Amino acid sequence: MSSRFPSRRRALVVALALVAGLGCERETRRFREVPPTAMPDASLRLSSINPGPPVPDVPSRSGYVENAYAVSEGKRLFAQFNCVGCHAQGGGAMGPPLMDDEWIYGAEPQNIFATIVQGRPNGMPAYGPRLATSQVWQLAAYIRSMSGRVRKDVAPGRADAMQATAQEQATTEQRPVESTTPPNSERP
Amino acid sequence: MQFPGEHSAHGPAGPQALLLDRLGDLLYGIAAVVFVLVVTALLVAAFRRRPNGEGMDDPARERRMAMAVASAAGATVATLVAVLFLSFGSGKRLTGTPPPDAIQIRVTGRQWFWDVEYRDSLPSRWATTANEIHVPVGRPVVFQLRSTDVIHSFWVPNLGVKRDMIPGQETSIWFQADTPGVYRGQCAEFCGYQHAKMSFLVVAEPPDRFAVWLDRQRDTARTPTDSLARRGQEVFLASTCVMCHAIQGTPAGSRVGPNLTHLASRRTIAAGTLPNTRGHLAGWIIDPQQIKPGVRMPPNALAPDDLQALLAYLESLR
Amino acid sequence: MTTGTGTGPDPVTINPLDPVTLERERRELQRSWSPGPGLWGWLTNVDHKSVAVRYIVTAFVFFLLGGIQAGLMRLQLARPENRLLGPDEYSQIFSTHGTTMMFLFAVPIVTAVGLYLVPLMIGTRNVAFPRLNLYGYYVYLIGGALLYTGLLLNTGPEAGWFSYVPLSGPEFSPGKRSDVYAQTVTFTEISALITSVEIIVTVFKQRAPGMSLNRIPLFVWAQLVAAFMIMFAMPWVATASMFLAMDRLVGTHLFNPAEGGDPLLWQHLFWFFGHPEVYIIFVPALGFVSSIVSGMTGRPIFGYPIMVVALVVTGFMSFGLWVHHMFATGIPQLSESFFSAMSMMIAIPTGVQIFCWTATIWSGRPRFRVPFLFVLGFVVVFIIGGFTGVMVASVPYDVQAHDTFFVVAHLHYVLLGGMVFPLFGAAYYWLPKVTGRMLDERLGRWHFWLFFIGVNLTFFPMHQLGLDGMTRRVYTYLPETGWGPLNLVASLGALTIAASVAVFLVNLVRSRRGGAPAGDDPWDGPTLEWATSSPPPPYNFHLLPTVRSRTPLWKRESDAPVVTGLRTDMREILVTTMLDAEPDNRMRLPEPTIWPLLAALATGVTFIALIFTPWGLPIGAVLITVAFIGWGWPSPKEHELQLREEREG
Repeated sequence: MSSRFPSRRRALVVALALVAGLGCERETRRFREVPPTAMPDASLRLSSINPGPPVPDVPSRSGYVENAYAVSEGKRLFAQFNCVGCHAQGGGAMGPPLMDDEWIYGAEPQNIFATIVQGRPNGMPAYGPRLATSQVWQLAAYIRSMSGRVRKDVAPGRADAMQATAQEQATTEQRPVESTTPPNSERP
Repeated sequence: MQFPGEHSAHGPAGPQALLLDRLGDLLYGIAAVVFVLVVTALLVAAFRRRPNGEGMDDPARERRMAMAVASAAGATVATLVAVLFLSFGSGKRLTGTPPPDAIQIRVTGRQWFWDVEYRDSLPSRWATTANEIHVPVGRPVVFQLRSTDVIHSFWVPNLGVKRDMIPGQETSIWFQADTPGVYRGQCAEFCGYQHAKMSFLVVAEPPDRFAVWLDRQRDTARTPTDSLARRGQEVFLASTCVMCHAIQGTPAGSRVGPNLTHLASRRTIAAGTLPNTRGHLAGWIIDPQQIKPGVRMPPNALAPDDLQALLAYLESLR
Repeated sequence: MTTGTGTGPDPVTINPLDPVTLERERRELQRSWSPGPGLWGWLTNVDHKSVAVRYIVTAFVFFLLGGIQAGLMRLQLARPENRLLGPDEYSQIFSTHGTTMMFLFAVPIVTAVGLYLVPLMIGTRNVAFPRLNLYGYYVYLIGGALLYTGLLLNTGPEAGWFSYVPLSGPEFSPGKRSDVYAQTVTFTEISALITSVEIIVTVFKQRAPGMSLNRIPLFVWAQLVAAFMIMFAMPWVATASMFLAMDRLVGTHLFNPAEGGDPLLWQHLFWFFGHPEVYIIFVPALGFVSSIVSGMTGRPIFGYPIMVVALVVTGFMSFGLWVHHMFATGIPQLSESFFSAMSMMIAIPTGVQIFCWTATIWSGRPRFRVPFLFVLGFVVVFIIGGFTGVMVASVPYDVQAHDTFFVVAHLHYVLLGGMVFPLFGAAYYWLPKVTGRMLDERLGRWHFWLFFIGVNLTFFPMHQLGLDGMTRRVYTYLPETGWGPLNLVASLGALTIAASVAVFLVNLVRSRRGGAPAGDDPWDGPTLEWATSSPPPPYNFHLLPTVRSRTPLWKRESDAPVVTGLRTDMREILVTTMLDAEPDNRMRLPEPTIWPLLAALATGVTFIALIFTPWGLPIGAVLITVAFIGWGWPSPKEHELQLREEREG
């Protein structure tokens, strides 16, 4: 790279930084999160409509959704904390499916966070005081991957167990449908 | 109390370890002798003073050297064959079928601790504990080894046992402890972030004390008597602890983390990493990542009063 | 013997050895065989010496990088509960250290020394497939760049250099770290296979007339045996890494016991390669030692036929040892016994070699120059490793030693002793041929002694540490274990090794700048590489020699025939028969070309894409096909040369 082509060198540096940025976030292993146990943000919303002027969205904790370690930990916790007991491997049983595009209480990570922490009517327990904040974010990130909404290089591969579901990295994306009415199965 | 326990292949505490120690000494001795011979020959060959008239082409010397090389090769073959038979003999003595009166202990390696289960013909007499294994002195013990995640390896140097724990298979190894003591074992197959601190203790004690210990392990947890410990139990059941740890006799039944039913009876916590004292336990509960970064247990923020109550409760779990 | 037609005027009327003709031929050879000018010429240079030097320099850089990682590990372990490296960083560093040293340094450098010297030693002008050789180098370079880019992006391998599943599988190794590992292995294994093909074909078909197989130097035998071992061993690690990549990328279950796979499958596949791998590293070094001992004692190696048999037997036997890495897995005792026996018996051929060298030294006149010192150091350090090897070959003893620092000590003794000592000796012995300048003797002695002391200081305490309970791959240890003092000693030893390598680097730089000129034959060596200038011209030899003995330069008669009559206006070599090296044919080698680089880039794109998506395979296949079509398509110059060749018959 000679000084006659500064733009080429700059472009290379920018490219390297971008690649570094992508690589770093996926591969960071964050072992410590500031405790306390999980409590949802007061500004969390379930719907995008509100009276008055538009309210800015709460920023998503994207760090977890782009972090392979977090998603992988979420997968482990999903099995170990028995989410499969109600949600099966995402197909739903007593609880609603998590791998489809219907999200009753919002599909963003912070919405899933709130759902896990606060509990929901018709059977979702409130895990608030019993899960560490980092664990809830990891679960939320994994749950997003179940509907294919996590980058393919971040999403986990097949589990080292009997196969009950497709590997998340090969799941096609299920874009959430904005819905405030409960799904058919839950209508009286 | 001895922390962290003996952990050397040179301190045999049972017949298997003794056999291995002796074999090791013999092999080392043979190696030392051969080393001295070969290096001496080499150095003499290099540094010997050569008489002035000595020529390079000397058929008689070539023949002598051929005989020397052949003899050395023959001696090498003989030594290696002897070592091989020595090794086979020791191996046979180590791995014969265990005697029928052997105690069976199931150990499951998990990232990064050890689930220990003492079974019985009556399921109500099964005992589950973690990270500390007691065995009676003078009686053969069979370990049935499994893993639920990655390959671990169960190694106790003083007792001469090492066997990999491979997911999808059950492996087993047996031994006998003849000398009472506390022996430290460590995972011997790289298994992730906290492989370095995945240890356990094997406590070899006289059979009567072992029986008392085992009986106590079979019991459910003591109901806390004083109010602080009772409050501690409530804290345990109301916070993150209950998601991963089991305490028999309470609603806590999760098998994600080590069983804590008789936590206070153990010499160490955190898979042999810390002595089991109040201070260490408090530090471990508040921030395990500081001590073992990457371990599965998250930091837990507890109010100081809650923490004190919890500690009082855990200390009551003898 | 003179053969065939040359260029220019009617050969009958010209004496081929007339000085004017010779001068003209030299100039034409220089023109035909030289690379192009500038960066383009360097990128397209297919001269085996240029490719080999690039391999060696690159491998040496990887050695330094791997050494830095080792230094970091020793700094971390010098004290108990040290906080220099956390468990995540430490796992990447020790995994990259192992991967670098085994895949990016050891095998490439020993085969590259062969790529440089084998054509010279057998009296030919280049390897059999020059462009393939260059392609192999570029593939290797891309593989190494992949690994280090990965490490810098926090995506280095994290499960050790042998990457056991399930730890390296999709569930327990999130992200792309183990995928980077799997593809790095693929690159280096392609490169090694290419080098092995080069060596085998070149040695079998391009030897100087008269150099029957029982007259080739032991160095060449060693390279030949190692090349065959590479061909039989490397495909297995390719298979293993491909299976790992498939399990991670597309969800196969080869290593998933719950769906019919087996974690032990990985171990078998890997170690079936992994054990021969260490002998692939070791056997060429045995060749270095034979050349150095012969050159420095002034006599041919004692017992040449036995030495050849020992090399070949070592090569064969090394394929029967692999289960000794799995003695703790609980496989049946009968199987373990077989491998235990083989693991001990393989000491016999190596022992015989050491006895023959001792006999050679005894009956020769050794000159205690630096290469010879490194040979003495090799024997001492290597046999310590050999003895601990016999100890861990014993199944019951392995119960205590397996996966502890005892094994770390053993493997470093045999690798450093068995390969790095001979390699340094080879550097002092042959760098004068490569650069034309001698290395400094005094600095060389400092280098040797610092290295010898450093290696022993670092690795001898580890035997005790292992038996004291210290397992491998630990990022730290408790102070109460009592492992602190010996670890500190080992870390001080590591600093000593670093100092010795620094001395070597100083020596290299000083020699390049102003070392004593070496001349053609500074050591009065016996083999053909000393029969040409230092550094050799691009065409190696103007008049290709013929041989009538194993030590042609010592037994050279003044009227020894040379080969004349090969064309000088194009790159032509002599092809001889396989067993007795009688002249058989002449062959034109291809011109320099950019296609090896382009094909390597296409290969690189394929395998790097396969880290992220299965689409890498079809897209990459297309790119590689295009590149190889371009490679095979005759350039205008090639076409013109082909026509000229056919016309002049």
